[in-house]
Amino acid sequence: MHFVVCIKQVPDSAQIRVHPVTNTIMRQGVPTIINPYDLFSLEEALRWRDKVGGEVTVLTMGPPMASDSLRKALTIGADRAVLLTDRFFAGSDTLATSYALSAALKKIGEEFGKPDIVFCGKQTIDGDTAQVGPGIAKRLNLEQITYVSGINEVDGEGRTVTLERRSEGGVQVLKTNLPAMITMLEGSNTVRRGRIDDALRAARAEIVTWNAKDAGIEDLQMCGLRGSPTVVKKVFAPTPRAEKAALVELAVTPAENAEALIEAIFKKTPKIEDDLVKLASGF
Amino acid sequence: MSDPKPAAPAAGGSRATMKKELPERFRNHKHVWVFIEMERGVVHPVSFELLGEGRKLADKLGVELAGVVLGAPGADVAHACKESFAYGADLCYTIENPVLADYRNEPYSKALTAVVEAHKPEILLLGATTLGRDLAGSVATTLLTGLTADCTELNVDDDKSLAATRPTFGGSLLCTIYTLNYRPQMATARPRAMAMPERQEGREGRIVPFAVDLHEQDIITKILSFIPDRDSNKTNLAFADVVVAGGMGLQSPENFQLVKNLAAVLGAEYGCSRPLVQKGWIPSDRQIGQTGKTIRPKLYIAAGISGAIQHRVGVEGADLIVAINTDKNAPIYDFAHLGIVTDAIRFLPALTEAFRKRLSPHSKDRLAG
Repeated sequence: MHFVVCIKQVPDSAQIRVHPVTNTIMRQGVPTIINPYDLFSLEEALRWRDKVGGEVTVLTMGPPMASDSLRKALTIGADRAVLLTDRFFAGSDTLATSYALSAALKKIGEEFGKPDIVFCGKQTIDGDTAQVGPGIAKRLNLEQITYVSGINEVDGEGRTVTLERRSEGGVQVLKTNLPAMITMLEGSNTVRRGRIDDALRAARAEIVTWNAKDAGIEDLQMCGLRGSPTVVKKVFAPTPRAEKAALVELAVTPAENAEALIEAIFKKTPKIEDDLVKLASGF
Repeated sequence: MSDPKPAAPAAGGSRATMKKELPERFRNHKHVWVFIEMERGVVHPVSFELLGEGRKLADKLGVELAGVVLGAPGADVAHACKESFAYGADLCYTIENPVLADYRNEPYSKALTAVVEAHKPEILLLGATTLGRDLAGSVATTLLTGLTADCTELNVDDDKSLAATRPTFGGSLLCTIYTLNYRPQMATARPRAMAMPERQEGREGRIVPFAVDLHEQDIITKILSFIPDRDSNKTNLAFADVVVAGGMGLQSPENFQLVKNLAAVLGAEYGCSRPLVQKGWIPSDRQIGQTGKTIRPKLYIAAGISGAIQHRVGVEGADLIVAINTDKNAPIYDFAHLGIVTDAIRFLPALTEAFRKRLSPHSKDRLAG
């Protein structure tokens, strides 16, 4: 079985700061990480490789420094890493990204064997769109199953996979055919720590690096800014609220403070008292 | 692989500055559509919120607002149409087929793509739910058009393009995104990101059935079963009128019980900020913020939450935000309406007790007041 995991190197959002005057993102010194949601997909691929045999290839598109994340994925246990990098990809929106990644996935199929399952992250923490996985599935005609909370069975001979998908108000148990594109839900597994021999191997591993031409992309018009139907016209900071919070004056005991806060709440929005009485009495 | 789309304009520089005529083949795209999300006969409330926004866009453009309802033949589809009219739709396109009884990507994306290609809307809105996100990405890729996720504001600009505004970089900034040269312009919005419009009982509209050739034997993915969530696991967090949430100021998972206790007394839902989910203290479906749920309660009490930008994005729609935090410089006081600078761990039990007294049916305080 060949499992391919698409990952993205993202800035650690917990450490992003916006310049207070220019409203631009201060990227300098912000560490990059593998998009956390991708790790659950990587783990699931590794688990099934360990169970049914085969290989796990990780793929990313990004600047040359995105190889850091690929090497990290090798450290965790992936067998092979492919970096798709080219200045023609700069400014890609999700449609252009899924185009380039689909081309690379086809090329991976030619070079290293056709993928049986393509895993993507549920979404990224920087773009948050959840659109690239479905885009890849549609372009490569893969069965698409997103928000998977668990894979029950991968049947290499019968070419099927049985899994559980989170939906509104419950879980769908689904069976579909391979090849498939799957995104895993956060917390659906426990991401392993790499073993020492994986770390040693990762340090020496060669990262397969392709530009657009290497990946077999002929139509550069479909890449990067040119291939992106969406246009970001304006970036701006959220309007701050004019007033800061009105602070309740502190008394001596918590009980007194509690009374004062409740008074303040009811004074500010008198209607809320009736709502609360109804809610609290269970109506 | 899909058909290649025609070459986008090839000039250098930012496309944002290159306003050009819409290509001929897109000129007859007209009207605003909302995908009406229905599962097991229940319309997701986000569809009504989108109809509210869609109504405003359609009125500004001077066009009609349509709902698109997919489902198995039967009363559910008719009911969804009736509800859509009550929330502002002028008409509904309906696709009824047994294959559409439960959501699967393949038949849903085929059906929605087909009706879009036949009736050509200029704007198509979907909810950013698990279903909506799964579907929107497929449809936009098949149509090779632009899709803007998780919008918090939708508008039309002077030349009638959709201006879709969404948070970016975890909510630190907002950006406005256009799909200038392709149609339909697609966008999703998360539940509660938009206000719920007034329901107009008895408001009527036209139903336009649309036939799509779908057969179960052609659909590869099969539904083996559906396991409904146990009631105890269900949360109504996004739609609750009162929400109490806790953050790192609570210092331990045990102390989170203080939040639950207050929520129980108030008949409220409880939630938490992102770090508590990351630490594994609280399940992710209780997370409030940019990567969790968006809420719009009448009253929101945030205990021990510093108010990082990504949390702020998810709670700004609340009518009254009350903050409890020891740090008077915490960012939460920049967007809360009311605050008390004190330790949530010591304060919450007192607040719970005070509310309990105040709200009990025999409360003297309440009768007197």
